Amino acid sequence: MKVTFYGTRGSLATPGRATERYGGNTSCVLVRGEDGSALVLDAGTGIRAAGADLPRDLRRVDILLTHLHMDHIQGLGFFGPLYNPRVEVHLWGPASATAALDARLSRYLSPPLFPVLLRDLPCRLHLHHVPCGEIKIGPFTIVAQSVCHPGPTVGYRLADGRAVLTYIPDHEPALGARHFPEDPEWTSGWELARDADLLVHDAQYTREEYPSHLGWGHSSLHDALAFGALARVRRLVFFHHDPARDDHAVSAAAEAAVVDARPAFSAMPAAEGESFDLPAGP
Amino acid sequence: MAQHAVELILTRQLASCLSVPIVLFGPTGDVLFYNEPAEALLGMRFQETGPLTLVESDRRVRLTDERGAEIPRAARPSAIALGQQRPAHSQMWMTAADGTRRAVEVTAFPLLAEAGGLLGAAVMFWERDGR
Repeated sequence: MKVTFYGTRGSLATPGRATERYGGNTSCVLVRGEDGSALVLDAGTGIRAAGADLPRDLRRVDILLTHLHMDHIQGLGFFGPLYNPRVEVHLWGPASATAALDARLSRYLSPPLFPVLLRDLPCRLHLHHVPCGEIKIGPFTIVAQSVCHPGPTVGYRLADGRAVLTYIPDHEPALGARHFPEDPEWTSGWELARDADLLVHDAQYTREEYPSHLGWGHSSLHDALAFGALARVRRLVFFHHDPARDDHAVSAAAEAAVVDARPAFSAMPAAEGESFDLPAGP
Repeated sequence: MAQHAVELILTRQLASCLSVPIVLFGPTGDVLFYNEPAEALLGMRFQETGPLTLVESDRRVRLTDERGAEIPRAARPSAIALGQQRPAHSQMWMTAADGTRRAVEVTAFPLLAEAGGLLGAAVMFWERDGR
């Protein structure tokens, strides 16, 4: 599978020269299978460019939403395939205890926030609730599981038989834990991330910033590294960069955490436009 | 080893931060976790016992009425929360693992997942003659 980052920023889009290395678009990752399957992870502002890069003859695309916070759905209405009647778009995301996915999405995709109604989109739209057991799409077996973040939120584990990608962009597994990480079975997201070839994980804060953001649903870089070690991942990509951090600060924070934690795996900040082929070459 | 549902994880994390004795039950009545204040009441330490099966927890901790008669399993708040998926409350006597007998109030509520489905129950204990 090929994994390409189209949006790596958390919370708020931050375009500009100060963020051009890691990118200013909010969460969006495109995953292409060897058979041409296209999975789009989250619909932040990066999804516009992801849609533009898809082949024109593509007839099916699946959008996997982790949750419905604005930075994960803001780009949805600007995803080109939604306006193509020949494309089947499958939209996967969590319902809430009181509202189905279409009702929740329609709060945004309706006036006055957006001119086009969800039900009026020209594509052939199919909505699915997650978590829902194993999902099979092309060569991918996908599992969605609820994770620790305010409101209904899931993470995804995608396996194509050769490699495993885990995507948990918004996640605070250390919340309330006396000593993080504790037992794997008592750690949010562990099963999703277990032995993953690539873990894309929330790392919004530095260790110093985290205590004043407790309960906001995000991780420190150190906690992301500890979580990756617990799950024995092969590679970790820091994701959901804080909008207040420019490129220099993202690099510095990541480098400091890695030097301090000395993980047994490689760890680096996600950068818009960057791709990973999984499994990684020798 | 399977990971617990995030709702159970969060309940455990909340329980770990409270001074109220809380026992966390799985859907079949096994004890998954109890916090430090509950350790004092139950007369045992989670670090030493780990999770307990229903049979094992019954063997260690006895729940009786004021005359010392065993309270049937189905009448206990934990069993009502799990079996009938509704909150339940009652007063009873607890003989802890260390032999101490206490009058307690017990309140249980079911843990139902956002997407539906019973995950377990959280049970709060309160010593009647205590705090």
